[in-house]
Amino acid sequence: MSAVAMEQRKKIHPHKFTLWVGIGSLLMMFAGLTSAYIVKRNLANWQTYDLPWFFWISTVAILLSSVTIYMAEKKFKQRDMKKYRGLLLVTVILGVLFITFQVLGFLQLWEKQVTLTANVSYSFMYVIVSLHAAHVLGGLIALIVLYAKAFGTKIRVYNSVPVELVSTYWHFVDVLWIYLLIFLILIR
Amino acid sequence: MSSVATVQHAGVHEVHHEHHHHETFISKYVFSQDHKMISKQFLVTGIIWAIIGGLFSVIFRLQLGFPDTTFPWLEDLLGHWAAGGKLKPDFYYALVTMHGTILVFFVLTAGLSGTFANYLIPLQIGARDMASPMLNMLSYWFFFLASIIMFASLFVQTGPASGGWTIYPPLSALGDASTGSVVGMDYWLVSMAMFIVSSLLGGLNYITTILSMRTKGMSMTRLPLTVWALLFTAILGVLSFPVLFSGVILLLFDRNLGTSFYLSDIVIAGKILPNEGGSAILFQHLFWFLGHPEVYIIALPAMGISSEIISVNSRKPIFGYMAMVGSLFAICTLAFLVWAHHMFVTGMNPFLGSVFVLLTLLIAVPSAIKVFNWLTTLWRGNIRFTPGMLFSIGFVSLFISGGLTGIFLGNSALDLHLHDTYFVIAHFHIVMGVASIFGMLAGIYHWFPKMFGRYMNNTLAYIHFWVTIVGAYLIFWPMHYEGLAGMPRRYYDYSGWNSFKMFAGLNEFISFVVIIVFAVQLLFVFNFFYSMYKGRKVTNQNPWQSNTLEWTAPIHPGHGNWPGEIPEVYRGAYEYSKDGKEYIPQNVPVGDEETKGH
Repeated sequence: MSAVAMEQRKKIHPHKFTLWVGIGSLLMMFAGLTSAYIVKRNLANWQTYDLPWFFWISTVAILLSSVTIYMAEKKFKQRDMKKYRGLLLVTVILGVLFITFQVLGFLQLWEKQVTLTANVSYSFMYVIVSLHAAHVLGGLIALIVLYAKAFGTKIRVYNSVPVELVSTYWHFVDVLWIYLLIFLILIR
Repeated sequence: MSSVATVQHAGVHEVHHEHHHHETFISKYVFSQDHKMISKQFLVTGIIWAIIGGLFSVIFRLQLGFPDTTFPWLEDLLGHWAAGGKLKPDFYYALVTMHGTILVFFVLTAGLSGTFANYLIPLQIGARDMASPMLNMLSYWFFFLASIIMFASLFVQTGPASGGWTIYPPLSALGDASTGSVVGMDYWLVSMAMFIVSSLLGGLNYITTILSMRTKGMSMTRLPLTVWALLFTAILGVLSFPVLFSGVILLLFDRNLGTSFYLSDIVIAGKILPNEGGSAILFQHLFWFLGHPEVYIIALPAMGISSEIISVNSRKPIFGYMAMVGSLFAICTLAFLVWAHHMFVTGMNPFLGSVFVLLTLLIAVPSAIKVFNWLTTLWRGNIRFTPGMLFSIGFVSLFISGGLTGIFLGNSALDLHLHDTYFVIAHFHIVMGVASIFGMLAGIYHWFPKMFGRYMNNTLAYIHFWVTIVGAYLIFWPMHYEGLAGMPRRYYDYSGWNSFKMFAGLNEFISFVVIIVFAVQLLFVFNFFYSMYKGRKVTNQNPWQSNTLEWTAPIHPGHGNWPGEIPEVYRGAYEYSKDGKEYIPQNVPVGDEETKGH
């Protein structure tokens, strides 16, 4: 049956390609929001605020998680399942920490009267940051599924595509956060 | 062993199970992952929506044509929305809004792209299925969910959304602003969010499938123009729908969480709202950044379908294949750069306006190239007037008529006068509404034998065509005059204005034609469903003697499309009337004596 497989010429796996196009699509959504932010900033009644330091800790967490998932992917390809599972778990924990710190950051802001409805600039920050967090949450679910599957007793085929897909997506939400952070610092 | 060898090739491995895997009713007809079944699901759902959307236009045309008459049966149908047989103004706006929403999104986006991208892409490029059949199935079911939510909104007590299909805030953002904005608008927004997810999942799949799953020999320059058009459509959707999504999210926040993205300094019934700092124009930018590409999301598949059908039925190669691809690309690019031509009257900087005028008028160039190529393909062809061919030619006719008025509207100086008048209604209904419906109908008539293994009835099809094309012109042509005379759109009753009293007879005439044209569409629906079960059976694998790969598959292709190997491709899709042969399918190897391709 491999003849059927051979008929489909390809350089990049279709699912990976789909993911990249999907990432392009997600980028357009955030581009839409950040453009709206820039347009709005030039109008009246735009207030600035300082980002909470919890956001900085969460940045460290997500940056580290990118490193751990990169290493996990490498271990998977070396068939080192034990280390692979360990690194995946660390990635999941770092992801959960990221979300937790984001929430703590929101609470910190709220205490300083930077609330959702007080000013449009605050509203934008809440929408953009929580929309990003929702995408991290999606990635976390994928990571947990991957982690559960890593305990499969008999692995006959080492198919690295799912791992690579989740890893690519995870790097994407990481880079997206860095972009959003820089954006929120520079353009205010 | 086979599972090990193919596990890397997602989307293909299902094929191996087809012989020893029993399909239940649920897995075959409901949660099917076969692109052909998903296509039919999109088509049937689209047809149901088209009937609903069309019926709405009949009802609001009754109000416009006969503002002083009461129709007691309307009360039976609509209850308190038409108390005493007269449509309530609030519900009139809801009908207009839902008509636009349904036709633009549910029929001409999901119904058109969903049907033909799903059906034609794998069959015409030589693939067993989509890159991800699972995502493809989800795409349909998100559309179904969006449909259910939108349908449910028709039954809420305060009525469905009524702020126009463009849902501009502040009207759409404030429940106090109109009855349709109370909860109907929330249904609309949630439904649209589901719809966007559906259209993104579909689009990702179409792009990936076309770029990475073509059969051996199927280079990009050998692709049928349908596939090219569907590729550009998917790219437009994937890049523009997310921006609408962000606009929809902000609107949901404004509606339900008290933010002020779009709202500022608003007084309703003497009450000053606390919202400040928002900008309603911001929404228009976000909306039209999708809204304009959306026009081409609707039009491009119709262009691709017509190109294919016109070439097949003229028995001639498509004139200027590369120019056709290039013009599709140009339209796709320009589609992202013209959105503000919908906003000339928002008080934008006139210099900015003139930039958008220039970019808008530039679209006339690729459009003219396409029209020229369609006409030159027809020129001295050996034309077969099949129903599909008639609708394709009808598409070209409507595209020319509607395109020309676009040149008027693209001009900001003229647009100041014509904006929000019936001239605009006439323009976009002809150029993207009816024209794309024609493309869709052409596709249905042409590919029906492939989809269902039976033919549709030709006599009914010819009646359908002639009444529809004559009717479409009779409905929309007079609207140009009304618009030039300043008759604004979205009014409930024009009889109260002296300036528009002279159009009372014309409005009555238009409404009369609308009823006839709608009745003939029901004839089509009958033909469609009747032929599905009772139509003449297809006995010839390639009834139109066409070159493309879908006609090399069995009359009733199973899941996986070709029982044996996927055919290999040796030539372009349009080698008609070459070397004394009427047609040479793409899977025929190049002979020694053969002249170079067209």
